[in-house]
Amino acid sequence: MGEENEAGDVASSADAAVTITGVTKRFGDVVAVDNVNLEIADGEFFAMLGPSGCGKTTTLRMIAGLEFPTEGSLKIFGDEVGTLPPNKRPVNTVFQNYALFPHMNVLDNVAFGLKMQGASKSEAASAASEMISLVQLGGMEKRKPSQLSGGQQQRVALARALVNKPKVLLLDEPLGALDLKLRQEMQTELKSLQRELGVSFVFVTHDQEEALTMSDRIAVMHEGKLLQVGSAEELYDRPVNRFVADFIGQTNLIDATVADADMIVLANGTKIMAPNPHLAGTKVAMSLRPESISIGASDDIPEEFQATSLQGEVSNVVYLGHSHVYTVEVDWMPLEVRTNATPTSQVYKPGSQVAIWWDRRSDWVVPDEGFSS
Amino acid sequence: MTTVLATPELEATNERQKRRRGFFLALPAYIYLSLFFALPLLIVVVYSFATRTRSGGTALEEWNLESYRKLGEPIVTDILLRSLTLAIITTVICLVLAYPFSYFLATRRELTRNIMLVFVMIPFWSNFLVRNYAWRVLLGNDGPVSQLTEGIGLGETTILFTPTAIVLGLVYGFLPFMILPMYAAIERMDWSLLEASRDLGASGFQTFRKVTFPLSLPGVIAGSILVFIPSLGAYVTPQILGGGKKTMLGSYIVTQFLTARNWPVGAAVSTVLMFVMLMATLIYFRKGGRTL
Ligand SMILES: Nc1ncnc2c1ncn2[C@@H]1O[C@H](COP(=O)(O)OP(=O)(O)O)[C@@H](O)[C@H]1O
Ligand SMILES: [Mg+2]
Repeated sequence: MGEENEAGDVASSADAAVTITGVTKRFGDVVAVDNVNLEIADGEFFAMLGPSGCGKTTTLRMIAGLEFPTEGSLKIFGDEVGTLPPNKRPVNTVFQNYALFPHMNVLDNVAFGLKMQGASKSEAASAASEMISLVQLGGMEKRKPSQLSGGQQQRVALARALVNKPKVLLLDEPLGALDLKLRQEMQTELKSLQRELGVSFVFVTHDQEEALTMSDRIAVMHEGKLLQVGSAEELYDRPVNRFVADFIGQTNLIDATVADADMIVLANGTKIMAPNPHLAGTKVAMSLRPESISIGASDDIPEEFQATSLQGEVSNVVYLGHSHVYTVEVDWMPLEVRTNATPTSQVYKPGSQVAIWWDRRSDWVVPDEGFSS
Repeated sequence: MTTVLATPELEATNERQKRRRGFFLALPAYIYLSLFFALPLLIVVVYSFATRTRSGGTALEEWNLESYRKLGEPIVTDILLRSLTLAIITTVICLVLAYPFSYFLATRRELTRNIMLVFVMIPFWSNFLVRNYAWRVLLGNDGPVSQLTEGIGLGETTILFTPTAIVLGLVYGFLPFMILPMYAAIERMDWSLLEASRDLGASGFQTFRKVTFPLSLPGVIAGSILVFIPSLGAYVTPQILGGGKKTMLGSYIVTQFLTARNWPVGAAVSTVLMFVMLMATLIYFRKGGRTL
């Protein structure tokens, strides 16, 4: 399975920021995190992505020391930290609800960590002020958290964590509570802040777009299991299974059976050219991105795409300015097709008989492991 | 068709009517409180400036501060000091007992919590006087406590009719008033703040000092005042468990009114006591009132 290929590579390299080996976390009968293997490099922007309840927060909390693994090993820069309390770890967290201390002003909130580590009052205050300016909150030092907007509270939480110079910064859906515009602004800011500081960020989100735009690498989780780790391109172009294919971006998932190493058979018997590593007879799904598909008149299929084409009827078309999104009914299911809209491009009305085709390198066969989505 | 616009006059009338309606609704309570609460209080204050006649009556003339001057005499200051000391000791003991208990309570499951809260309140279901007599039996010379200490070779327990017994009784009587607001404050606390504190490098003890305790402070203040005030003016417990020997303020006031027949002095002590409590209440509303 794909995840084991990934896991196999994890031979604890000493300079990894975080090394998670065979970690499982159970709460009573609930398996929140299920045998996860993961390595996060120093200085990388790493996202953990998955739907709600898949175990992202639990994984993050184990790195922070707020939860201890039931099984497995967890190392930070080579040191085993399994059951070390949070205050003994070189990591800091930006909590989902920010968790700012309501009885302290912004300055005291940010200076808290330094004071706890024994910095003098004035040292702590000056480092805190500096960090407050860095997150663009200069002048707000004396305010209480309740007197700040959501975005400002977010920045305080960030400053409060970063001022301690953690070796790894953990962020649990830090932008979840912000509105869209502010969210996009903060995405850019977080990313440049991370580059500037060179610290590893481990960023938890259930928003695939956010993960794709911000991260160097992404780990996709589902029901406590780590499904795949890779760059945005890897996940998008070469998902290891149905779930990842469906969760990252938009795709058409077409059920099929493997005929041989080059061919699969679709539900209506059509043979399609699709190189794959599976045994003949294996149930698979073919992932076909809407933007990889071309559309044209029924008898218009270019010669080289004959083996990767289907006939269908347009049932709906939506104009998005830069593109047309067609719903094309093939024999047994609707497919989404997205074409660039140019002044010269031909538009097919609902009811038109059309052919669709694609490059054989752009379909992707994934095992049908029953990860329905 | 005419259009009715909300003119400023109309709105002012509406506003006035709304206010008047509110006033009428509150009127019964106003009258009751004025007649049976404010007026008696006023009488007490007025009497504190009156003169005791030789026959033990009270002359409502020749207003003077004589009764207040008497409060400076050693007998009264002794009692005042004793009352303050016992009330403070009671409050501190309640605080020390209630904090860990409230913390424990607030961290239990919902069901456990509710069952334990019922246990905290069970004493209220029987009469305060009766419960004090029960303590008298418990602490008495051949009561269970004494028998126990004798049994294990510590000798007789003779704390009945001592200040210790009074404090025991007061703590017993008022502990729930400390627990409830404290529990409410701790229970309402955002526990992720404690995690944030640990995450930022604070030890468990530092977290308690810098985060947990400050956040529960409103409950601590509310509870302290709710225990301190009734302890200071307690009458039943000092009378029954203290045997009226070492009197507290409550007993002294009763004596002034009933035995010594010196109403002005009784009234003056009451007035001072009320003033102290008023101050405490003000602090409570400013610092801790929000938790209840
Ligand atoms: N303290 C806990 N006690 C019991 N179950 C928990 C606890 N924390 C998390 N879980 C369960 O573990 C699973 C994963 O939770 P979580 O890590 O919070 O998911 P995510 O952050 O991806 O939404 C969920 O099913 C959740 O209900
Ligand atoms: Mg979560």
